Amino acid sequence: MDKQKTKHTINKDESVILINGLYMSFDDLEVLKGIDFNLFKGENVAILGRSGSGKSVLIKIIVGLLKPDRGEVIVLNQHIDKLGGKKLDALRLHIGFSFQNSALYDSMNVYQNLAFPLTMNIKHLRKNEIRSAVEEVAEAVGLKDKLKQMPSDLSGGQRKRIGIARTLIMKPEIMLYDEPTSGLDPITSAEIIELINEVQQEFNTSSIIITHDLTCAKNTGNRISILLDGKFLKIGSFNEVFDTNDEEVRGFFNYNFIQ
Amino acid sequence: MKIYSKDKYIFSKGLDDYFSGVYKSYKFTLQFFKEVFKRPFHHRELVNQSFEVGLKSLALISLTGFIVGIVFTKQSRPSLEEFGAASWLPSLIGIALVKAMGPLVTGLICAGKIGSSIGAELGSMRVTEQIDAMEVSAINPFKYLVVTRILATSIMIPVLTLYCTCVGLYGSYLNVHSVETSSIVAYYQNAFSTIRFLDIFVSVIKSVVFGFTIGVVGCYKGFNASQGTRGVGKAANQAVVLSMFLIFVEEYVIVQVSNWIQYF
Ligand SMILES: Nc1ncnc2c1ncn2[C@@H]1O[C@H](COP(=O)(O)OP(=O)(O)OP(=O)(O)O)[C@@H](O)[C@H]1O
Ligand SMILES: [Mg+2]
Repeated sequence: MDKQKTKHTINKDESVILINGLYMSFDDLEVLKGIDFNLFKGENVAILGRSGSGKSVLIKIIVGLLKPDRGEVIVLNQHIDKLGGKKLDALRLHIGFSFQNSALYDSMNVYQNLAFPLTMNIKHLRKNEIRSAVEEVAEAVGLKDKLKQMPSDLSGGQRKRIGIARTLIMKPEIMLYDEPTSGLDPITSAEIIELINEVQQEFNTSSIIITHDLTCAKNTGNRISILLDGKFLKIGSFNEVFDTNDEEVRGFFNYNFIQ
Repeated sequence: MKIYSKDKYIFSKGLDDYFSGVYKSYKFTLQFFKEVFKRPFHHRELVNQSFEVGLKSLALISLTGFIVGIVFTKQSRPSLEEFGAASWLPSLIGIALVKAMGPLVTGLICAGKIGSSIGAELGSMRVTEQIDAMEVSAINPFKYLVVTRILATSIMIPVLTLYCTCVGLYGSYLNVHSVETSSIVAYYQNAFSTIRFLDIFVSVIKSVVFGFTIGVVGCYKGFNASQGTRGVGKAANQAVVLSMFLIFVEEYVIVQVSNWIQYF
């Protein structure tokens, strides 16, 4: 797939995700303390932050897996934290969520994993329609030859790619990637970064990419933000964010490049 | 998420946890009844699970049922002969197997075999976020995973109970046959001669209740497994212990109630 820049635009008038004053805590642990954030249509935002800073919690709130203590979470013009049942499911069909540990169904093979969201959500699909949809996304992540394998037979990177493919099959408007490149070698990382960009170009999706990896943040994010102490320290382009003397931010930057 | 802050327990931490656990399991069971009649129905998954439940414990139940039948007959014969009542042996064994041993043995074996595997399977799906993954793909994991499993155990454990009883009677027949010559048909007729419809009815109810218990407890423990691999082991273990305990309690209650019904 080559980049079709023409097809894809960022629309700064339309927010697909809008978060105001979000607070979240577990028992006595305050994780998010006043998050304000928006994601424009067609945009990729990379979120950096230390381990345990609440990045996964944030996107789990966005997809409605966790209920926030306080604050507004508007996804595609709906308050997702107030939805339930059928309405929540209908909204979730527009959101792709790729889990930090892939979360492939280990009782199913790769083909069944990919077909599962499709067959469960769209009735009366014919076998060949399912097959061609599965093959299309497997092709997009470059793993068309692995369809018959079980998830336990795949490498970590392959599992990540299948995890992404499984969310792509529903053609979501919003993609949430939880650490897509962590634990992968640089070459596989580069492939995933390319995949994320292709998805943005191809399907005109808006994405949040959670990562520790500055290379990934720089190459996928139109904007970058740093989550620190339960708040966004800064949101802006890569240069805007890192052109600073703030110790915490520099620390992040230096750490990544010294490594 | 936040129910009680640090030192605001109503009674004490342990007692509060116990009661909130009871309440949560009650809600869980209630949710089953709410969702079981709602569309979509996952027929194929139900068939898969029923197959799993049946096949997984078939060998063990055959063996146990058979041995229980033989041993029970062997042990009862001397006492009955003492009273010159050896001819009552088939009906004694029939009553024992149909009314008590069949459902109980099957229930306990399945609690160990199926309860633990449901607890471990759902537990590992929970801690590896597979259940969350279903939820974010707009698939109701409760319907897909829990409802099908509870239905499968509630349907299959009565079937297995019936099978266990028949195998037990067959074992008993073999033992009887080795001492005196009798035909298998006559033996089964003899065995069932004193069994009333109510006895069979109560046994079926009992085994449905046992199956339901095994399914609910296994699913509840697995579905609510806490983070980490330790949680999976704990879920499997607790599923077995709790469902065995409940099976004994239910056995007692059902026998009491059915005895009480007989007087009317
Ligand atoms: N279900 C939960 N119950 C209790 N605490 C939780 C739960 N989920 C997350 N936490 C806590 O919230 C904090 C943030 O967790 P989160 O998973 O969001 O971190 P993260 O930024 O994604 O870290 P990492 O980069 O390691 O994935 C952690 O301290 C964690 O212990
Ligand atoms: Mg995380």
